[in-house]
Amino acid sequence: MKLLTHNMLRSHVSGVTRGFPLIIRADEVKLNSVDFNREFVTRMIPKLEWEALVQSAESLGHGSDLPRELVSGYENDEEFLKKVHHVLLEVEVLEGALKCPESGTEFPINRGIPNMLINEEES
Amino acid sequence: MKLKELEGRLQQVDVFESPKLLLEQYPTRPHIAGFDIDEDALDIFRTNAEEFELQNVDLVQCDICALPSTILEKSVDTIIMNPPFGTKHNKGMDMTFLKSALQMARTAVYSLHKTSTRNHVQKKAADWKVKMEVVAELRYDLPASYKFHKKKSVDIEVDFIRFSFD
Repeated sequence: MKLLTHNMLRSHVSGVTRGFPLIIRADEVKLNSVDFNREFVTRMIPKLEWEALVQSAESLGHGSDLPRELVSGYENDEEFLKKVHHVLLEVEVLEGALKCPESGTEFPINRGIPNMLINEEES
Repeated sequence: MKLKELEGRLQQVDVFESPKLLLEQYPTRPHIAGFDIDEDALDIFRTNAEEFELQNVDLVQCDICALPSTILEKSVDTIIMNPPFGTKHNKGMDMTFLKSALQMARTAVYSLHKTSTRNHVQKKAADWKVKMEVVAELRYDLPASYKFHKKKSVDIEVDFIRFSFD
């Protein structure tokens, strides 16, 4: 699971209102090398929940000094875009779990795939 | 890459080893799917993705149809999907998938539906106020995958449809 994917996942446990962002418990993190695509990153940024991205990256120890708030004019800041690229696409959680911030329900991550199916017995 | 070469490569991808009837899995031309309910399908996808060295693919195991409509709402631009046809034990499942996909997509949903159900799909699209365009009429050659399939393979007429909001 890359942090780009994490940024769009929410908990859907019944009774939960926001369920976002899911807290990451990482047992194994892998760093991949992915080709930098400036246009992709630039266009992706406005679609992100920025604060959640920074928070999640920091919790994994890969915050890359990203600012808590987006600074205007970032489109022209190549260094910044490369950092975002790294955080979004190159940091991958292989093993661990995602925890619902409200209900505490855990969704396991195995071999890079978060399992968002809700176990009937738990719910 | 020449077309013939692409065809050759597409033939190399692994198909379902033991298809599950309830999930209506058949080996068809591959498409990159991020979401699937079935762990075995995701495993096969991962193997293929590694084989083809696809970098920007991520997988999530979930039941798209069981998610409340607000989850993942307008979270992606385009969805490409091959939902269950909604036959056998799955009646209406195709429209459940389509409805969920339309809630998740910002721009368009590309989806495959049996040509025989086109009128029904058109009616639903009108109800939901989405634009519908049949991009292509296809013929699937589905090899027998389940015990109750009597013929070696069967041709099915399928519409490749683009749904959009404009």
